[in-house]
Amino acid sequence: MGEHIIKLPDVGEGVAEAELVEWHVKIGDIVREDTVLAAVMTDKATVEIPSPVDGEILWLGAEIGDTVAIGSPIVRLKVVGEGNVRGGAKAEGATEPPAKLPTPKPETAAPAAKTPAKASAAEMKPAPAASKSAGVSKSAGQTSGAPRPEGEKPLASPAVRLRAKEAGIDLRQVAGSGPAGRIGHDDIEAFLARGPQVAKTSGLARNDGVEDIKVVGLRRKIAEKMTLSKSRIPHITYVEEIDVTALEDLRAALNKEKRQDRPKLTLLPFLMRAMVKAIADQPQLNSLFDDEAGIIHQHGGIHIGIAAQTPSGLVVPVVKHAEARDIWDCGAEVIRLAEAAKSGTATRDELSGSTITITSLGAMGGIATTPVINHPEVAIIGVNKMMVRPVWDGTQFIPRKMMNLSSSFDHRVIDGWDAAVFVQRIKALLETPALIFVD
Amino acid sequence: MKEISCKLLVIGAGPGGYICAIRAGQLGVDTVIVEAGKPGGTCLNVGCIPSKALIHAAEEFEKVARMAGGKSPLGISVSAPVLDLGKTVAWKDGIVSRLNSGVAGLLKKAGVKTVHGWATFRDGKTVEVETEMGSQVIRAETIVIATGSAPVELSFLPFGGPVISSTDALALSDVPKKLAVVGGGYIGLELGMAFAKMGAKVTVVEALPRVLAQYDAELTRPVVKRLAALGIEVMLGAKAKGLSTKGDALLVETADGKSVKVAADKILVTVGRRPVTEGWGLDQIDLDRAGKFIKIDQQCRTSMRGIFAIGDVTGEPMLAHRAMAQGEMVAEIVAGHKRSWDKRSIPAVCFTDPELVTSGLSPDEAKALGGEIKIGLFPFAANGRAMTKLGEDGFVRVVARADNHLVLGIQAVGQGVSELSAAFGLALEMGARLEDIAGTIHAHPTQGEGFQEAALKALGHALHI
Repeated sequence: MGEHIIKLPDVGEGVAEAELVEWHVKIGDIVREDTVLAAVMTDKATVEIPSPVDGEILWLGAEIGDTVAIGSPIVRLKVVGEGNVRGGAKAEGATEPPAKLPTPKPETAAPAAKTPAKASAAEMKPAPAASKSAGVSKSAGQTSGAPRPEGEKPLASPAVRLRAKEAGIDLRQVAGSGPAGRIGHDDIEAFLARGPQVAKTSGLARNDGVEDIKVVGLRRKIAEKMTLSKSRIPHITYVEEIDVTALEDLRAALNKEKRQDRPKLTLLPFLMRAMVKAIADQPQLNSLFDDEAGIIHQHGGIHIGIAAQTPSGLVVPVVKHAEARDIWDCGAEVIRLAEAAKSGTATRDELSGSTITITSLGAMGGIATTPVINHPEVAIIGVNKMMVRPVWDGTQFIPRKMMNLSSSFDHRVIDGWDAAVFVQRIKALLETPALIFVD
Repeated sequence: MKEISCKLLVIGAGPGGYICAIRAGQLGVDTVIVEAGKPGGTCLNVGCIPSKALIHAAEEFEKVARMAGGKSPLGISVSAPVLDLGKTVAWKDGIVSRLNSGVAGLLKKAGVKTVHGWATFRDGKTVEVETEMGSQVIRAETIVIATGSAPVELSFLPFGGPVISSTDALALSDVPKKLAVVGGGYIGLELGMAFAKMGAKVTVVEALPRVLAQYDAELTRPVVKRLAALGIEVMLGAKAKGLSTKGDALLVETADGKSVKVAADKILVTVGRRPVTEGWGLDQIDLDRAGKFIKIDQQCRTSMRGIFAIGDVTGEPMLAHRAMAQGEMVAEIVAGHKRSWDKRSIPAVCFTDPELVTSGLSPDEAKALGGEIKIGLFPFAANGRAMTKLGEDGFVRVVARADNHLVLGIQAVGQGVSELSAAFGLALEMGARLEDIAGTIHAHPTQGEGFQEAALKALGHALHI
């Protein structure tokens, strides 16, 4: 038996380090070749790290949220054969303190030492699946979950209290089925299985709990990006309403008549084409502003970022060269990228390189938003919900399909006037959609 | 000297500090501990351990002395014993020294780096330590203040000459002929009784109307009885006023306002302990206080982010085991675990003769909660094991809610009852009811049976009384 050390591989994209966002294994796990060990995140995409060999995990070299240099050892495995650790006689190294493992960077050494303790703490917790099933078998109506009077401590053994603390449960909300209302492990299971509605039905208990949640992974990237955008860019937001009745009629007709191989059109491809046309008149809107160098990089290619909500957070896949795509092509690319983003398979290339961005909270309602510019771009177009509203046509109110656009601009390089001209041009194009298709 | 950087820095290697450091080390936290004296703090060096060693020696001596007086009901007679206090103290020092190196070894085993010297805060993240090798700067993400406490000095009776602190009393080479003890709390009575057993004529001067005022009178009665039996004079409601001009007596104002002189070779001042909040740069970090103590929350966090405080410096009860529990908790919090202080009881033991143990609420405290209570009291006079040990004085008392029989407090007074503190603490921490204690088989013949009987008594069906 020997040891095999897995170092953080070069995840491509020319990065020197990556943030560890997920461990898929723990110490003691037996893994096979290609088992996914961990996920790391570069500044855009999440990359999974597979195991190159079969073996048993002996050591994990970083904690979630740590930034790990490419080439740093991240996993040590016990493997059949000599492994890749020099002096293969170190087979007994399994019991060695992991801190002794050579690490190229000092900051990876400290988390390394912590890992075994964390792992053993995790082992103490019962498997979540087991707790659920145990809880379900408990009669749900047996305990009413009466909260205790202010100041009265719930009756429970130290082990039960510790378990509750670990699980973030306020024991005052848990009904005890034991003598004198004592809370046992079973009561905790039942509470976990039933969820917090017990507390709701049984009165109001004060919750003084504070949970510290480390901002890691995509959330940290989003936080950093938004801070950068909002602290560096003086935003100006312009809101205009657009009558999309004609556009909706056209869209419905096109979708009805469309060929099998074509995607169903949403409003987005039309907006993208309208933006392409408007940018032709005002190319300065399709720019990246390098404020440190004092240079505006005005791009010829129009690469439209589409802000998309995914289960793990906000990402912005990019439709490249929208100026060279027709309406169907735009639609197909938006669908393809949205699926890739949601399934987490979007590549770094697909998630970077935008020159202007569309954000849409339309599905959620809301009449206006204040979109945050995707730094270092200079403009972002926000789509609000389309709804039928009464519009005065000079003699009467008629129902029209109306939609607001909320758009933000970098006021350092885009004046309010230019912003208004840009939005008005888009409005004109969308209200008379035939114009979109006229060269 | 090169700066040290670490994740956790613990200032003070007393029972709170060293436990914190060991636990943090076990959890893989990069930990440094700073201590100017020997590891173990007050508890190990000048408190719990040495005083109990001395108390044990005194008990043994007194036991043999009684046998020599032909008064032993056990039928043992010996010739008059002789005490070499210097040798006793040397024996005690041997125990302390073994434990010192034990603590140092445990710290090392846990991977904790120990720095010997006096630490002073520069700011909330940096501490400067004066070591024998020079000044050492330590930077830490998290700092735990565990500076402990020191005996309170009376301005009119400063330590020095015949006036001694508890620390000095544990290092005496001869038994004083006449010992005046200022303060009738547990430290004064523990040491006063020990010296009385070793042959000193002891006078206790207490300003309050009773000794061991934090305990209820029923509980302390056997101790008061024993004080008298040992020939210790107890002056209640009396105030120490100073040292006589010759330095051979304590000036006392009695309860009725008279001035008297209490002749004494040594005057032991045990009027309490104060937190050590000076000399380590507390002014540099300006932490919120709770009275004279450092203010902490349920996680032992101070008012400054990243700084925790544990043990005596954070307030009452100033007990080593409270500090230890806090230290362990803080280490786990630093390691990222979810923890907060939710102990149900901190048992307190007083090593007088007989010993006292309290855990949870006294009958008065329980009554003050407003509900009906039940009390069960079982005297050791009805306990076989106590009889065989000549320890019939004392009792176990259980206080419980009348409605659901939840045990709220347990107290005992008697020979060797300090060991029952484990059972008492466990019962309260587990949320035991009277039925749980009554339903637990207690080994026979032990004094612990008294605990079960007290619970049975509260339930109305004691078996042995």
